[in-house]
Amino acid sequence: MTVGLLIVSHSGKIAEGLVELAAQMAEGVAIIAAGGTDDGRIGTSFDRVSAGLSAADSGDGVVVLCDLGSAVLTAETAIDFLDDGDRARVAIADAPLVEGAVAAAVAAATGSDLEAVAAAAATANSSTAGAGEGSGDAPVDLESKEGEAATTADGPYARSVTLVNRDGLHARPAAEFVKLASRFDATVTVNGKDAKSLLAIMGLGLTAGTTVDLVSSQPDGRQAVDALAELIESGFGES
Amino acid sequence: MTLGTDWAIAWIRRSADVVAEHRVELITLDREIGDGDHGENLDRGFSAVVAKLDTLPEGSTPADVFKLVATTLISTVGGASGPLFGTAYLKAAGAVAGREDLDSASLVDLLTAARDGVVLRGKAAVGDKTMIDAWTPAVDSAARAAEGGQDEKSVLEAAAQAAETGARDTEPLVAHKGRASYLGERAVGHRDPGAQSSSLILRAAVEVAG
Repeated sequence: MTVGLLIVSHSGKIAEGLVELAAQMAEGVAIIAAGGTDDGRIGTSFDRVSAGLSAADSGDGVVVLCDLGSAVLTAETAIDFLDDGDRARVAIADAPLVEGAVAAAVAAATGSDLEAVAAAAATANSSTAGAGEGSGDAPVDLESKEGEAATTADGPYARSVTLVNRDGLHARPAAEFVKLASRFDATVTVNGKDAKSLLAIMGLGLTAGTTVDLVSSQPDGRQAVDALAELIESGFGES
Repeated sequence: MTLGTDWAIAWIRRSADVVAEHRVELITLDREIGDGDHGENLDRGFSAVVAKLDTLPEGSTPADVFKLVATTLISTVGGASGPLFGTAYLKAAGAVAGREDLDSASLVDLLTAARDGVVLRGKAAVGDKTMIDAWTPAVDSAARAAEGGQDEKSVLEAAAQAAETGARDTEPLVAHKGRASYLGERAVGHRDPGAQSSSLILRAAVEVAG
C-alpha cells in the first residue's frame, strides 16, 4: 500500500475537486476528501476529518493537506484524539493545498514514505524546488557510452531529447516522468531541476518541441537517464 | 462556598443563552474582520451542548461536564472556534479531573488550563487580536484574586472583568492570527469576535455562581 492523503478544506467542492485532480496523477493512492461541515456548509468538520484519517490510512500513514486556518486547527484536534500509534503515522503538510496535494499524491504513488510525501508537498512552497540538488558533486566513473549519449569517461552522463507530445511536460506526463525517475536511486536533473520533483518539473513549463537536457553525475545514473529519455521520446502515449 | 457540578452545568446553560442573545452582535463583529460565522457557529455549538447536558449520568463531576462540552463543540461548531473552545474545555476538564467541588485555587487551575489549551491550538500570543487577549488577562486577574484570599465568586468576577477589558482592548490592534490577519490595518478599530465571546462566557460563569 501507499501513504494516503487527506484533503481538509472549508469547501466540500474544493476537497472533492482536488481529490479528482490529484487522483488523475496517482492511481492506487487513497485520497480522501474532508471538506465542509457535517450539514454541507462552509467550514470544517471534526467528524469528517476523523473519519477521513482512518479511511486514508492503510498502515503506511496519512499526509494531511489543509486550506485556511481553522482547517489546520480541526485537523490538529482530530489528530490529538488519535491513539499514540496512529498519531505517529500522520503528518500535516506545510504546503499550499492544490499544488501540495498534487505533489504529495505523485510522491505517494511512487511508494515514498510518510516523511518523503510530506516533503514533496512542501516543495510547493518554493519555486526553486529541487533545483539541481545533488548534481555535479558525486564522484563518477563511467565507461564510454555508445550511441547518442553525450558523455565523457569521467564526466556526468547526459542526454538531450526533444519533447514530441503535443502538450509537453504538463501535469499528467510530468507525473508519469517523476514516477519513473523515482524508481531509480540516482539523481537526475532536467534542465537543472530534480527529476523527482513534480512541481520543479512542471515549473519549467516545457512545451512541445523543446529540447531538454537530462543529466546524472552518479555512477548508476545512466540507466535512469536512458529510461527517462525513452519515456520523453515515446511521447507519453499522446500524439 | 465551593462550586460543583450544578454550577458547571448552570454555567454552560447560561453561556448558551448569552451566546444566543449576542448572536447577531458576534456575527456583525466577525463580518467586519472575519468570515461572519462566529455567532452562528457558537450558537449552534452551545445549542448542541445544551441538548446533551441531560444525558450526563448522575454523579458527574465538573470535569465530566466540561469534557462533554469539549467534544460537542469540536464536532458541531465548524469554524476555528470549535477546536479552540473545544480544546479549552478539554484542558479545563483535565485540570480539575476528579474534583467534585472547585475552590478559588481550582478555578484558577481551570482557567489557566483553558487558556493554555487555546494557546496550544491557536498558537497566538497576547496582542495578536485573538481570544487570548481576553483569556490571559482573565487568568492573571483570577490568580491575583485567589492569592489575595478571595472567594470563588470574586475570583470569577475578577476574570470576567479582565476579559471584558481585554476584549475591548483588541479594538486598536492589528491582527496577527486568524482570518483578520489577512486584513492588516483594516482590522484596526474592530473588536475581535473571539475575545468578545470569551468575555461573555466568562461573565456567564459569575452570573450563575452562588
